[in-house]
Amino acid sequence: MSDPRTDDAPATSETGVSGHTETINRPREAVYAFFRNFSNLAPVLHNVQAIEVKDETTSHWKVSGPDGTYEWDSKIVEDEENCRIAWVSTEGSDVKHEGVVTFRDAPPGRGTWITADIRYEPPYGMVGKAVAKLFQKEPSIQVRRDLKRLKALLEAGEIPTSSPPNPEPAS
Amino acid sequence: MRALTWHGKHDVRVDTVPDPEILNPRDAIIRITSTAICGSDLHLYDGYIPTMKPGDILGHEFMGEVVETGPRSTLKEGQRVVVPFVIACGQCFFCEKHQFSACANSNPADNQDLGRELYGHGMTALFGYSHLTGGYPGGQAEYVRVPYSDTGPIVIPDGLEDEKVLFLSDILPTGWMAADNCDIEQGDTVAVWGCGPVGLFAVQSAFKLGAHKVIAIDHFPNRLELAARFGAETLNFEESNTYEALMEMTGGMGPDACIDAVGLESHGMFLDNAMDQIKASTFLGTDRGHALRQLITACRKGGKVSLPGVYGGFLDKFPIGALMEKGLQVKSGQTHVQHYQDDLLRMIGEGELDTTFLISHRMALEDGPEGYVKFKNDQNECTKVVLKPGQIPAA
Repeated sequence: MSDPRTDDAPATSETGVSGHTETINRPREAVYAFFRNFSNLAPVLHNVQAIEVKDETTSHWKVSGPDGTYEWDSKIVEDEENCRIAWVSTEGSDVKHEGVVTFRDAPPGRGTWITADIRYEPPYGMVGKAVAKLFQKEPSIQVRRDLKRLKALLEAGEIPTSSPPNPEPAS
Repeated sequence: MRALTWHGKHDVRVDTVPDPEILNPRDAIIRITSTAICGSDLHLYDGYIPTMKPGDILGHEFMGEVVETGPRSTLKEGQRVVVPFVIACGQCFFCEKHQFSACANSNPADNQDLGRELYGHGMTALFGYSHLTGGYPGGQAEYVRVPYSDTGPIVIPDGLEDEKVLFLSDILPTGWMAADNCDIEQGDTVAVWGCGPVGLFAVQSAFKLGAHKVIAIDHFPNRLELAARFGAETLNFEESNTYEALMEMTGGMGPDACIDAVGLESHGMFLDNAMDQIKASTFLGTDRGHALRQLITACRKGGKVSLPGVYGGFLDKFPIGALMEKGLQVKSGQTHVQHYQDDLLRMIGEGELDTTFLISHRMALEDGPEGYVKFKNDQNECTKVVLKPGQIPAA
């Protein structure tokens, strides 16, 4: 482990995947509590249809892709109240998936800094290709967008949409 | 419903499109009674703003009657409201600081990537002003969906007709903020480049905020005359040397504050403008900036520069040396409408501000495309076009 860095800038993820931080104008306890209930996250996360919480640590994820729906179970493996949540997909999942989210106090009066690092490791074969297309294209952009949606939902109470009308005139 | 839609450079049409629907709890639907064409709509019309899509509904100056509300809207059906052109959630860091045009949440996450590439940060959402600013359908239409309707729209008391309050949506607070950004002190002279609607409101606002003298600069005689009506001294840049005249009119000091109410489509036959035009048409630069260069050169040492005019990209030959060596302060930005609207509504109600003098044309929504042509081609006579969705089109 030789680190030639000479500054305080956060290291980028070694796999170059998806670390990203956003400020949410709510107390750390509130942001943690919302995130800890994974069923809250489906509308926030890209392409996730539903997340069903099965027990204290296990949740079932349903994700839509260009070639159908993918499903897997995730298990929380680390849970430090108001600070950190980590989860991994369980044995036998089609899609190997893991995530770590940390919660820190933002500067005074500014709420919470949330940092997310979420990775997907698709298997080989046809399904793998489709999943790779789904998640690996721009994963860091997706995580950034996911955190912005989470921020909007927690601050403004809803996720913004402009849903413009069909560009073709109706008549 | 019927709506004025963008189809390309110099191509806007009135189309039949689906009615808007409530999509979020804080939404409301407004039936438009009056909607105006803004000078900044001409930047879209002339193809200067990227990320427009065919079929996008234009319009960000509008008002009307509430006809439907989401469960978390605080508006009531039948209320008359003016809607700020900036869409702001009211609850993020920026909104709490009253920097509403920097709202972090109104622009959907997927639309913030390009702003991050272009400007370092995603843009705040505006109505009817490209997908860079959210892709929200605008208000040159029969109906519009208004997000965050519990914080944005301003309820209009009975007895104040549409034309008196319509401009609270954009150009009146924009002119006011332009003058407010000059931090006017006793004895100050404020020079305003561009006597379009924003410039004319900036002239009025600068006097209200205590300017000793306001100098209005344009080349359209009718627009200069309107500025003179509010007490401004006028300067026609086609007849006079602007810099020399400004020095003489300020005792050799230069104006204390300079407002650029022109923006990226600066007019006039000047060498730098011709160069900018060639660069813009060959994508070597994007913005024309004669007015901005000139006002930085004319502004007194230690003076203030206020930029309400819209710029979108890059400007070549920016006089950064003059800016630094003279110690100028610059303030800019899209307008924090929600910060100013209550005070301005009160001043309109008390007759302190004249808002109707500007309107030169009233047309049916169906005649909107003709309104764009007039506003673009006859800038002397055509100072402001108001479209009325209910009005019967001219034969």
